[in-house]
Amino acid sequence: MSISILDVKPVFLFSDILIYILVASLGLFFYQLMRNPLSRARWRGVFQSAAGMAAFVVICFYVLVALLDSIHYREPLPILENQTEVHYSQEIRSALDLIFVGVHKRSEKTYSSPFSLQLFTKENMQDENDNLYRDYPMLKHAGQHLSSPAEQGQDVVNKSLLALLVGLLISAVFVGSHMLWRKIKKPTTELPWWSAYLTATVLVLAGSWAIGLSQYYHIAGTNIVGVDVFYQSIKAIRTGVLIGTLATLLTLPIAIVLGISAGYFRGWVDDAVQYIYTTLSSIPGILLIAASVLLIDVYIELHPESFSLGAVRADFKFLALCFILGMTSWTGLCRLLRAETLKVSQLDYVQAAHAFGVSNLRVIFKHILPNVTHIILIAMVLDFSVFVLAEAVLSYIGVGVDPSMASWGNMINEARSELSRDPVVWWPVLSAFVLMFVLVLAANVFSDRVRDAFDPRFGKG
Amino acid sequence: MQQEILLEVQDLSVELLATPSQASKTLIQPISFNIKKGEVFALVGGSGSGKSITSLALMRLLPSALHITGGQVLLSGQDIFAYNELQMNSVRGKQIAMVFQEPQSALNPVQSIGQQVAESLREHQKLQGAELKRKVLSLLEEVGIPEPEQRYDWYPHQLSGGQKQRVVIAIALACEPMLLVADEPTTALDVTIQKQILSLLDDIRRRRQLAILLITHDMGVVAEMADRVAVMQKGAIVEQALVKDFFASPQHPYSQELLAFLPKGNEFCQPVTEDALLELKDIKVWFPQRKGLLQRVYDHTKAVDGVSLSIAPGETLALVGESGSGKTTVGRAILRLEDISAGEVYFAGQRIDVLNKNKFLPLRKKIQIIFQDPFSSMNPRFSVREILEEGMKSLGVGINASERETRMQQLLEKVGLHAGHLDRFPHEFSGGQRQRIAIARALAVEPDLIICDEPTSALDLSIRGQVLDLLQELQREFGIAYLLITHDLSIIPKVAHRVAVMKEGRIVEQGSSQQIMENPQNEYTQSLLASVPSLLSKVSDEELF
Amino acid sequence: MFAYIVRRALYAIPILIGVNILTFALFFMVNTPDQMARVQLGDKHISEEAVEQWKQQRGYDKPLFLNTEENSQGLITDTIFYQKSFNLFLMEFGRSDAGRMIGADIQQRMWPSLALAIPTFIIGIAVNIVFALFVVMFRATAIDTAALILCVALLSISAIFYILGGQYFIAKLWHWVPISGYLPGFEAWRFLILPVAIGVVSGIGGGTRLYRTLFLEEANKDYVRTARAKGVSETKVLFKHVLPNGLIPILTSVVVVIPSLFMGSLLMESFFGIPGLGSYTLDAIQAQDFAIVRSMVFLGSVLYILGLILTDISYTLVDPRVRLS
Repeated sequence: MSISILDVKPVFLFSDILIYILVASLGLFFYQLMRNPLSRARWRGVFQSAAGMAAFVVICFYVLVALLDSIHYREPLPILENQTEVHYSQEIRSALDLIFVGVHKRSEKTYSSPFSLQLFTKENMQDENDNLYRDYPMLKHAGQHLSSPAEQGQDVVNKSLLALLVGLLISAVFVGSHMLWRKIKKPTTELPWWSAYLTATVLVLAGSWAIGLSQYYHIAGTNIVGVDVFYQSIKAIRTGVLIGTLATLLTLPIAIVLGISAGYFRGWVDDAVQYIYTTLSSIPGILLIAASVLLIDVYIELHPESFSLGAVRADFKFLALCFILGMTSWTGLCRLLRAETLKVSQLDYVQAAHAFGVSNLRVIFKHILPNVTHIILIAMVLDFSVFVLAEAVLSYIGVGVDPSMASWGNMINEARSELSRDPVVWWPVLSAFVLMFVLVLAANVFSDRVRDAFDPRFGKG
Repeated sequence: MQQEILLEVQDLSVELLATPSQASKTLIQPISFNIKKGEVFALVGGSGSGKSITSLALMRLLPSALHITGGQVLLSGQDIFAYNELQMNSVRGKQIAMVFQEPQSALNPVQSIGQQVAESLREHQKLQGAELKRKVLSLLEEVGIPEPEQRYDWYPHQLSGGQKQRVVIAIALACEPMLLVADEPTTALDVTIQKQILSLLDDIRRRRQLAILLITHDMGVVAEMADRVAVMQKGAIVEQALVKDFFASPQHPYSQELLAFLPKGNEFCQPVTEDALLELKDIKVWFPQRKGLLQRVYDHTKAVDGVSLSIAPGETLALVGESGSGKTTVGRAILRLEDISAGEVYFAGQRIDVLNKNKFLPLRKKIQIIFQDPFSSMNPRFSVREILEEGMKSLGVGINASERETRMQQLLEKVGLHAGHLDRFPHEFSGGQRQRIAIARALAVEPDLIICDEPTSALDLSIRGQVLDLLQELQREFGIAYLLITHDLSIIPKVAHRVAVMKEGRIVEQGSSQQIMENPQNEYTQSLLASVPSLLSKVSDEELF
Repeated sequence: MFAYIVRRALYAIPILIGVNILTFALFFMVNTPDQMARVQLGDKHISEEAVEQWKQQRGYDKPLFLNTEENSQGLITDTIFYQKSFNLFLMEFGRSDAGRMIGADIQQRMWPSLALAIPTFIIGIAVNIVFALFVVMFRATAIDTAALILCVALLSISAIFYILGGQYFIAKLWHWVPISGYLPGFEAWRFLILPVAIGVVSGIGGGTRLYRTLFLEEANKDYVRTARAKGVSETKVLFKHVLPNGLIPILTSVVVVIPSLFMGSLLMESFFGIPGLGSYTLDAIQAQDFAIVRSMVFLGSVLYILGLILTDISYTLVDPRVRLS
């Protein structure tokens, strides 16, 4: 019996479910926003800048990778004799691995530099005559198709050109169909689509080149246990994107409920909420995170039965980390929401609603909440990059995501000690740096645009 | 007598530079005018007519988004648009000086006022030390700052609004300029203070033979101060005339519109004699002031301190007072938007201040409110339909959706809009239209009394009359009573049956509008009336000759 | 003013009690003293007696919040929570779970922390203000745009990369300063210069951008227009009017962190091997020494609240408009 893709067993990790709920609710949120002409005009302001458009495309690209990487499944193991039910592999794969066509299976023994055909360290080897010698052994999964190492230069150029050609075709299809759609729909406002097209093309070209070449070489080298660094850093995208979004979203309801009720009801409610957030924010954030993560570790250790799979355990720890990170940041948003609610509830239209005897709940949902959403939105986009950066620091301290999970923080942490080596092992750090930098830069540029468009204070700056 | 021309503006035009999100826009069409030595030239127009931009363009102080696209400005024959920035700095403050609208923000909050006056003297006349200080003190004295010696080291926040404006004027006068550009110098001030600042400007102008470019929207100020006037509309000057000709026979339709609003003759509404619809008995609204370690209440801010008044059905009572007099708080207290500390409120004979929240709800149908600022009184995320429907739904007016729909359409027609506007959003309307929507919103629940909190003061002059007309028309049709809260005495003869004058939380005088306007008994009422730019007398006097 | 400060200080008490309850709940709800003893003693098959003895030595042998065996007073006082947190309010930190005196450790380790944090803080703010003023001087020009792009790029780089880059290029490749380590006394400067520089550089992007916004906000205010209308030159306007007003929000916003400088920087101190309170805390986290972590949490909260009070006071000092009440 052969194994086909249809035989796999889908796995739903908590974070997978959350990220899909998240994307769906974001979609709904934006749909709601689009219906109001005021917010539509503001969003137009965000996308009317070429930089904002480009940043948005980059973020979409990262989110797409994260989404693909959140479709998890377990492959069935080959059926042995006398076996009635199918057993599944302990390893959890994702849809992203299908695109990489088995890069994860092509591990080496240890470090190798980018595009190298040999390992980074010398080993004792035997030649045909059983003579012991030390040399750099050849890699098992790089340049196997070459008949001699000398061909490598020409081969890389050929393969690159081919991959770029494919990438160009793919992006031409996308860009072309979008242009066609615009021709037909004739949208009323002109947005700088050229910027989106250019960014998308660059991203698709980079992606197709990297995937194309990673079939034949380790384009970003391998790490200490021989795993392809490029693959590892792409897998880390999911961790980065999720930590950036979930950390805020998990605690968003607390911040909204407390912040708005403090500002709206005032009196003892306000006192209580202020007490809660002053107390929480007076605890040094990093200590709170560290202590909580240690406690989660203990909890996992004491309840091994709930976490049979390594990935499930890592996922639980990851979600807990997101929640804890959120706990250290919601106080800021809560404070802002309280102040803004105080301001909005003094406005005449809220007073008019009171004069009509509209109930408090309705006033909050119809008048207050819609008019403070820009604060929530700005806080979300601003926090995103903060959390992506924080992940790296936390992993370094040893209170970050599970070491088994691919993350930029873990990559840096692993490679940190190797920087003192001679010659230096620089590729894991560089690879993590580039991918992280692009994401955080895009998020920062985008959040700037969002803030300019939505915050009246920054409107004219 | 042919006077010498001091400033000549020729074909000045300004545009808003294009941004990624919008195309460039012409804000000032080529305009030309001149100002002679020692004369007061008034530039009038509604908001957005470009009068302030014109003044900033003269000083070359436009914000970076605005750009002078053409024309020249000759100051004593010299084209100052040809100057470089350094030469321009020797014009600013020394030859042309400026007084701004908002004294609250026009002064540096962290520099003492003495320093701020001294700055331009140091800059242009290189004065120093004792000589500089002496000069600053004499300037402060000239603009009427009491005890200048002491106040030299004060910070702006320690002065009242009127005193701050005096300091701004002192700064402007420091280097003895030939031309003073005054951009709405009294708009942000209370009426009694307005009067003082205007007479100060008038004094100085006579004493120093100063030319003034007076920018204002207040026709009363124009009548009192100016020699010549230019009317601006949408970035163009539509009429220029001598003041006395202008008031006698305005030529351009827009000028006529501006003047139409001004009260003519002495027609007063006669008081209604009926039982009171609303009656306030000795109402007090006190806010506690806390102090010390335990935040004990040691005193109260007495916003409203014993106010009694009554309004009959179909009557308009004008509640008049300066800012901080507590008149707005009275209106809000009736609607329970503010807690009443003491006193009794009766509506149609029923005592209502003791009702709980639910029992009060039916009364919200009877009493409604219109706010001053038509921009903040509507949720920007609501369509007109949602705005009108909110109160009807909440108070159960209209049995079903279709009945409400017809009612809303009728209401819009009634206030001079049309049914098609229901699906639009507030930002698509002008200020006057928004105020009409606000009126429709209040009308939607069929009230007997509407509290109008400065309903026209955020609107342009040319629109105020229309809104007041609408209010009167509705009163005639539905017999609604109004509590008209206002600081603008000029609208009283036209709309109010009776007047109550408020000062520091108390009513100092009330009576029929004719009685109050023509024969005020209280000293404060008299000073209020005296500060209203005396347009009536001036214009009618000149007409006699 | 005095009444205000006293009131704020009194308000700190319920907050600190809240902090203590929270940390206690965190530490002891999930992790019982028994488990802590086992972690500290380092062996899974340790005898019951050893665990009990460890608990008794460190005062963990009492009930957590309520001692039901005691009468009225002891009901609350004879518990781990009361005994452990009451002493914290007296600034007596007791012994760490590994048996060291925490108070003495803090006194010894605060100096290297301050030696690193204070120069980083002061130089950082000064550099950012100078850069921001420079950018504001060229506002609405290409220089402004370029500087803004550079700032966003700089603040998109994780602090770790600044440290790794600095250590690699300056210390390892060019041998200008030692990579890491510390010597007490004046000799310390050689070890401090690199972390201070990195701390300053890593903050430039965010700081300059923020201060630029604050200065620009001031530059658009009415009183600046008044000054220009006086004929004061652009440079003078910037230094005499925009700078003093812009400094108010800058100074008052940084005051809150001044007391917390004392706590040191976890990241810098551990990367550069500086024996300050930051690396002390980090070591405690990694060794799961909850007594130290708890002390540092308490200390951090106290310093934060102190920072808040200082912020309010600083307002009255730099802004003539503000009076506390």
